Amino acid sequence: MITSQITYLFFQQYWWFLVSLLGALLVFLLFVQGGQTLIYTIGKNENERKMIVNVLGRKWEFTFTTLVTFGGAFFASFPLFYSTSFGGAYWAWTALLLAFTIQAFSYEFRSKAGNIFGPRFFEVLLFINGLLGTILIGTVVGTFFNGADFTVNEMRNVTWHSNTRGLEAVLNWHNVALGLAIFFLARILGLLYFMMTIDHAEMYKRSKKHLLLNTIPFLVFFLSFVVWLLLKDGFAVNESGVVSMEKFKYLNNFIAMPAVLGIFLVGVVAVLFGIIRTVFSKKSYDKGFWFAAPGTVFTVLAVLLIAGYNNTAFYPSTHDIQSSLTIQNACSSLFTLKTMSYVSLLIPFVLAYIVVAWRAINKNKITREEIIDKNEITY
Amino acid sequence: MTQLLLSIDPSLVDWSRAQFALTAMFHWIFVPITLGILFIIAIMETIYVKTGDLEWKRTTKFWMKLFGINFAVGVATGLILEFEFGTNWSNYSWFVGDIFGAPLAIEGIMAFFMESTFIAVMFFGWNKVSKKFHLAATWLTALGANISALWILVANAWMQYPAGMKFNPETARNEMVNFWDVLFSPVAINKFLHTVNSGYVLASLFVIGVSCYFLLRKRETLMAKRSIIISSVFGFIAIMATIFTGHGSAVEVAKHQPMKLAAMEGLYDGGEGVELIGFGILNPAKTLENNEDPFLFKFGFKGMLSFLIDFDTKSYVPGINDLVKGDSEREILSIEQRMALGDSSMNSLIAYKAAQKSGDKELAAIELVKFEKTFPHFGYSYVEKPADVVPHVPLVFYSFHIMVILGTLFVLMFIVFGWLAMKNKIEKFKFSKLLFYLGILGIPMAFIASEAGWVVAELGRQPWVIQDLMTTSAGVTNISSSSVQATFWIFAFIFTALLITEVSIMIRFIKTGPAKPENEGGTEL
Repeated sequence: MITSQITYLFFQQYWWFLVSLLGALLVFLLFVQGGQTLIYTIGKNENERKMIVNVLGRKWEFTFTTLVTFGGAFFASFPLFYSTSFGGAYWAWTALLLAFTIQAFSYEFRSKAGNIFGPRFFEVLLFINGLLGTILIGTVVGTFFNGADFTVNEMRNVTWHSNTRGLEAVLNWHNVALGLAIFFLARILGLLYFMMTIDHAEMYKRSKKHLLLNTIPFLVFFLSFVVWLLLKDGFAVNESGVVSMEKFKYLNNFIAMPAVLGIFLVGVVAVLFGIIRTVFSKKSYDKGFWFAAPGTVFTVLAVLLIAGYNNTAFYPSTHDIQSSLTIQNACSSLFTLKTMSYVSLLIPFVLAYIVVAWRAINKNKITREEIIDKNEITY
Repeated sequence: MTQLLLSIDPSLVDWSRAQFALTAMFHWIFVPITLGILFIIAIMETIYVKTGDLEWKRTTKFWMKLFGINFAVGVATGLILEFEFGTNWSNYSWFVGDIFGAPLAIEGIMAFFMESTFIAVMFFGWNKVSKKFHLAATWLTALGANISALWILVANAWMQYPAGMKFNPETARNEMVNFWDVLFSPVAINKFLHTVNSGYVLASLFVIGVSCYFLLRKRETLMAKRSIIISSVFGFIAIMATIFTGHGSAVEVAKHQPMKLAAMEGLYDGGEGVELIGFGILNPAKTLENNEDPFLFKFGFKGMLSFLIDFDTKSYVPGINDLVKGDSEREILSIEQRMALGDSSMNSLIAYKAAQKSGDKELAAIELVKFEKTFPHFGYSYVEKPADVVPHVPLVFYSFHIMVILGTLFVLMFIVFGWLAMKNKIEKFKFSKLLFYLGILGIPMAFIASEAGWVVAELGRQPWVIQDLMTTSAGVTNISSSSVQATFWIFAFIFTALLITEVSIMIRFIKTGPAKPENEGGTEL
């Protein structure tokens, strides 16, 4: 019995780790969204904009797929979260859904003949996706720390007590700070990606200038979020599943899990190094992305781990604290978690072929000649 | 009986169903093309790599572009469906999440990444990777798309026939106990093969239809004829597999969803040696309560339904009345009896949970035994009256028969088009112009047949969201009907705009035709 409980706990933690990792990879891949908000900032004429859209268009599928897999993995491993949050925060998730839906076809339709709305229309949609998609994801994830207004009954039916069905999350500045931090981080990553993949001196210069301009608000929002997170009370859960408030809960989580703190610090340093190295380099340094991107993954992973690990309710209820979701009460059965864990062993293989395909496509920088003169474009 | 459940506004259920149906049917416009055309493209590219004939490369690239236009909308609507499970069907999400979620997650890890990784190579890698790497990427994209279909169809099959699971009263949900039973249930196997093969049929008809346009215009005739040959052969194999697995599906429906089968055939009074309806006009005056003839006109094959289900022209097939009223001689419980058992099941569950809470272990054990005994009827506690378990007979009946009739026509089309194209007589044939128009008409007909198949599968199982365990009304998210109405119209607007744009782009692209030949000789130097 005890062995079985320990096994169950292991798989619950394992799946929280995997879901957190997927979330972290998703935030890194939001560089596509960040880049989409810069089409007109960095691309000063139609040809430059074409280059940007085609550079980003080769990667949008990854972000989209990661979002779908993140949703699927959350549904599979923590179905009570899926039913509680998606059904409850109806308008927040619908807004997020709409923000992402408009991306998928915008690349494909933008430059095609017969597109009745014209290219500009789809560029606006890509901008909206970049703006709202990033801010909303951050705001929704913010509720992992600040809670939401719901109760869950014995049959696991959910009642959402706010009429705004999730949109009330934007009234909490801490949620929004995370949303805006992710928005500016996505733009930073987008700029670093342009610098790495586009062979164009003027666009490089512009990207560098905007890198600094976006780093300042990013730091303001990110630090506000982190400092407040470390100082605020958190939702702790004891061995019987009773939830209570604990002072400095998330700070305590970092202290209790030094490895997670290490991941967080390495991540933050890597992001800052990627930015600083690029901003202050005299030559056309273009490898900043490869520091900031893994740094983003590490940082977000650590933030999500402290939301669920160390006896913490990862989706707290502000209406009835005992309705809060923990990785124990919201997860799938041991059998399902185990079965999916076997499948998860394929992840390294999946990552390997992604790397091979990524390298094959990104081997050389995209040039004006390739995009404009040879007209080797899809979007 | 359902004190622990929240009261649900009936119009909420209708709007939620409408929204899901809208999304699913819109999604299904794009998915079958993706599933099938990728294999057609992969076959064409294989020939190009084998022969070095640049005309095949040009042909491959043309269909690949058309696929790309179509693919993005399928991806977008797929995300909407995934979200809607949670946003609109939250009670359902919890009730089945332990089983349904796993295929979705596996789909993401195994299939979506394969598809999205290699699709990038397929579109952008022509001049960046070797020919063989590119070909492998095309095949892997096709494989990834089809594997993703496998997992979602396994999940759907489980809703029709819940296998490999046990209800856990502690967590109030169904929990998986045997993954292989879920994956390899006969319903799942038939559903997957039937659905993907129907997708191949649709994609083949799409390629034939577009090729017919070129032949009518006397343009790109080599590409058109080659495309017709490939897609006719591929389509013929697929339609035969569709028919075979369609039969397999019907046999499973007879076993696990007899009410659906009765609705498909408009069979009110069952019996031995039941005829198979070839086609018929249903009598609108027919209701469950009266004795009117269900048909105004019908054309059938005596004993064939019994034969197809049981390989015995005399075997018994129950009708709607038999299933509603029951038949003690054949051990068919009436719906009223099942409702009583469902109530008992629900009450035992409630009593069990109360006893657990109060620490009365003895009572909890008694109630648990009672609950488990009556669990197969659990979902009937949600049913208000016996007539509610009968799906919309006309919709299911006509959809089923339209699908079957069109499917039969497709067999003939593939034979005629394939044979004429292979003999190089397709343009010289006496009625070739008529044939080309038929080929173009094949595209909407394929969509009608394909969507009709889903109407049979999904409306035929109503009122169940999970057969016998949960009604659609019990699975819905508790939200105001007006919120769902609002999102319904938002999605309807977006889908309409998308469809218009997509069709406009496709027509323009088809009219423009493929890119100019890379080498006039036709063979790569």
